[in-house]
Amino acid sequence: MKEWPLWEVFIRSRNGLDHKHVGSLHAADWEMAIENARDVYTRRNEGVSIWVVESKYIHASDPEEQDSMFESARDKVYRHPTFYDIPDEVGHM
Amino acid sequence: MNQPASPSLFQFVLYMADNCLVLGHRLGEWCGHGPVLEQDIAMTNISLDLIGQARLYYQYAAELEGKGRTEDDLAYLRSEREYTNALLVELPNGDFAHTIARQFLFDAWHLPFLKTMLSSPDPGLADIAGKAVKEVTYHLKWSREWVLRLGDGTEESQLRMQVALDEAWMYRLELLMPAPFEQWLIDAGVIAGPDEIREEWERTITDTIREATLVLPEDPAVQTGGKTGIHTEHLGHMLADLQYMQRAYPGLEW
Repeated sequence: MKEWPLWEVFIRSRNGLDHKHVGSLHAADWEMAIENARDVYTRRNEGVSIWVVESKYIHASDPEEQDSMFESARDKVYRHPTFYDIPDEVGHM
Repeated sequence: MNQPASPSLFQFVLYMADNCLVLGHRLGEWCGHGPVLEQDIAMTNISLDLIGQARLYYQYAAELEGKGRTEDDLAYLRSEREYTNALLVELPNGDFAHTIARQFLFDAWHLPFLKTMLSSPDPGLADIAGKAVKEVTYHLKWSREWVLRLGDGTEESQLRMQVALDEAWMYRLELLMPAPFEQWLIDAGVIAGPDEIREEWERTITDTIREATLVLPEDPAVQTGGKTGIHTEHLGHMLADLQYMQRAYPGLEW
């Protein structure tokens, strides 16, 4: 059982919402992973849909590269759509 | 207009309750001992489903009896001889394969039977079936997939699954052999007879065993007695555990 791969679990809590990462678990195959996810993560009525993906297929950005990846976006305020006057008739956006 | 409830209906509801409580308790014994965390939770989830179903049946039985006994009285204050669950569900957990064999042979009967109970003219039974059938659909999916995984797994898992299946085999038929109280209800059209579910039951079992690359056991022996209160040596010990608190501290609440 130590050889069972790790799976990442994503749950959609309601129709219309996105699947959200909720945690990980071990399972021998994807069917067992979905059943385990159902038993571990939806027993208090948390979900209407489950995705699982083997953890090894998830590639992540490197925390060491935080600055070059994300820092430079911070002073580019012009990328936010905050420089327009929105007519009152448009209402809440 | 209130008609007195049939004693057979009361006995049948108790029988269903006892099946669910005893198997639920057995699965609960795995709590903290499962082979992996996720399966520990899976088994206790199924345990809680079954104990929830048992409560519905006990509550209904208490109402049918109308003598002031409660669900707790029925669960905690009846002796082994008064329990009428099928022998299959009281078998000890054994190794994980034994637990799976017991669960699978029970689910293979439980699901098709509940489906027929959905259209029972007795509204109490139909209501309980409506809730239970969804849970039990998952139970059968879970136990069936484990038979496949262990059977068509490693040499070791296949051997253990086969041994477990062989040992549980002679207990499976009791579920399809009507006790007098069931026969009365079958004749009255309140519950389905075994012929209505036999085909689905048999197909589920044989298809699964074949797909799992296991050998269909050929042992013709059949063990019965549970429905009339004649149990294996195991039930008394289990009830001693299950009923201890109410026996030692009558009326205890918490």
